[in-house]
Amino acid sequence: MTDPIIDVRELHRRFTVRSPRGRFRRTRTVVEAVDGLTFQLPEGSALGYIGANGAGKSTTIKMITGILVPSSGTVRTCGLHPIRQRKQLARQIGVVFGQRTQLWWDLPLRESYRTLAAIHRLPQSVWTARRDELVDRLDLASFIDIPVRQLSLGQRIRGEIAAALLHSPPLLILDEPTIGLDVLSKERLRVFLTEQRAHHGTSLLLTTHDMDDVQRLTERIIVVDHGRMAYDGDLAGLVRRVGAERVLSLDLTTPAPPLAGIPGTDLVSVEADGLRQRLAFGDDTTATAVLEAIGRHVEVRDLTIEEPDIEEVVRRLYLSATGTGTGTGTGTGSE
Amino acid sequence: MPTFPSQAAPASGRTRSPIAAFTAHVVMGFRRWSTYRLATAAGAFTNTVFGLIKAYITIGAVGAAGGTLMGYDAATAATYAWLVQALIAPVNIFGWQELALRIRTGDVAIDLARPIDPQVAFLAADLGRAAYSLIPRGAPPLLVGAAVTGLALPGAVLPYLLGALSVVLAVLVSFAGLWLLNTAAFWLLDMRGVITLYMVASNILSGMIVPVHWFPDWMARIAQVTPFPSLVQAPVDIVTARVEGAAALGVLATQLAWFTALVLVGRVVFRTGARRLVVQGG
Repeated sequence: MTDPIIDVRELHRRFTVRSPRGRFRRTRTVVEAVDGLTFQLPEGSALGYIGANGAGKSTTIKMITGILVPSSGTVRTCGLHPIRQRKQLARQIGVVFGQRTQLWWDLPLRESYRTLAAIHRLPQSVWTARRDELVDRLDLASFIDIPVRQLSLGQRIRGEIAAALLHSPPLLILDEPTIGLDVLSKERLRVFLTEQRAHHGTSLLLTTHDMDDVQRLTERIIVVDHGRMAYDGDLAGLVRRVGAERVLSLDLTTPAPPLAGIPGTDLVSVEADGLRQRLAFGDDTTATAVLEAIGRHVEVRDLTIEEPDIEEVVRRLYLSATGTGTGTGTGTGSE
Repeated sequence: MPTFPSQAAPASGRTRSPIAAFTAHVVMGFRRWSTYRLATAAGAFTNTVFGLIKAYITIGAVGAAGGTLMGYDAATAATYAWLVQALIAPVNIFGWQELALRIRTGDVAIDLARPIDPQVAFLAADLGRAAYSLIPRGAPPLLVGAAVTGLALPGAVLPYLLGALSVVLAVLVSFAGLWLLNTAAFWLLDMRGVITLYMVASNILSGMIVPVHWFPDWMARIAQVTPFPSLVQAPVDIVTARVEGAAALGVLATQLAWFTALVLVGRVVFRTGARRLVVQGG
């Protein structure tokens, strides 16, 4: 077992917010943006870091990458002290901030890569081979010679990710990388990231609002709420914990009366005069049992099972946490 | 310290020197600016038109003073005006605000999170920018000047060699001063006041409007304790051989001293500002 690639212990970050009150006075309020986070990311694994806006995700990432000092607690990234060894750390990590760019706006991607390779002091043969691989896998060839300012958002993000990976960092940190991307671009990006991890063993820390990202790219989830850990474990565990239900969507051969009263299910909706009906069911029954019960009443032409919407799951988690006195538990943790 | 050997770690393959990173930034700066051809042409046109106006004003001033003014006659005064116009773009007389904007938007975090010193990286890119602008922004005013009023330039080679060195130093001093100015953005939300003040001071005291030698005594004394004469007056004096020999070396030494001082203060202030940003959050 090697050391964890990210090691965060009892991390706190407080901000002082000054807001005007009345004409002259200002009130100072201290906001706990990160409030006692502890977690480790083993090398080679992938972590989805999720939470509402202002939950403390970006603040945590800033501390992990060394551009913000913790108020208290410790962070080690790639075994380094992020603030004191920021330059060394910068050679070990690749970071994409969805809202910022590390490309030069006026220049084509090709020029940005040439400069970044020099910044990372990569030998010609090493970086050109790596660039060609990234150009191929991210499909950058058609726009690598166009100035970045003329690229579409999807093209630019692909260019950003290639820039973050050019020096083959062991750890990739993505802060909302798929924000604003269309379905196809998101899908390509996910395929690419999965493949990179498989080939290079890159560890991944991902913050996102897109629950499909989490589902597809990570094996572990941390949910933060008001800077505190609300959940640490896998997706299935999260779903179990909040008791989220799956929905069975049925297309019937002939219109039927509403399928109310099937054991262990709730009728969610009836559409097209009863041709399509949707039933929610929880952990106390199985899809087979439900189907069997339904089969006694109607003939099913087609069916789909909708997995729980994670945004809903997280919302429920927040609700249950605030109901029982703000997020204390850490689920199926990995202490 | 644990390492992560399972990776094709960049550390293992790192063989290029920091010089390569510097050079890459110079090239990048050059290419970045060379993409704006139309802006370059418009700038060259403006510099040339204002050169005409300034050349005739300075010739007029010399004439009104009785044919010579503090060692300038009509030809050398006009030459002064044209050389100043040629230096405006390379020396960045009208300012640079990229760093201040990056601080305000928080993009400076990207610069901090790179394994290269931000001041060194921006300085290298600025040298590239200056190198690009030298010919397309410098040649048109000089060519028009040669055709319209004539240029009084020395016949020897040495003033040009020392002059080239002085122009490089002027670019460096200008960058170091503007870098320091930009770091104020770590503390100030609104930079307009300090930028205006800096621009007024640097435009006048550099000798961009009239030679520093024409200043009244009290103003010349103020100019001498600022870095601004190093931006324009110094390279023009050397290229036109107004100062020669040991005096020329003295001017170069003054430029070098200003650059060293400003770049070091700029480093300290940037670090302090960055630490504040990193400690307090931005």
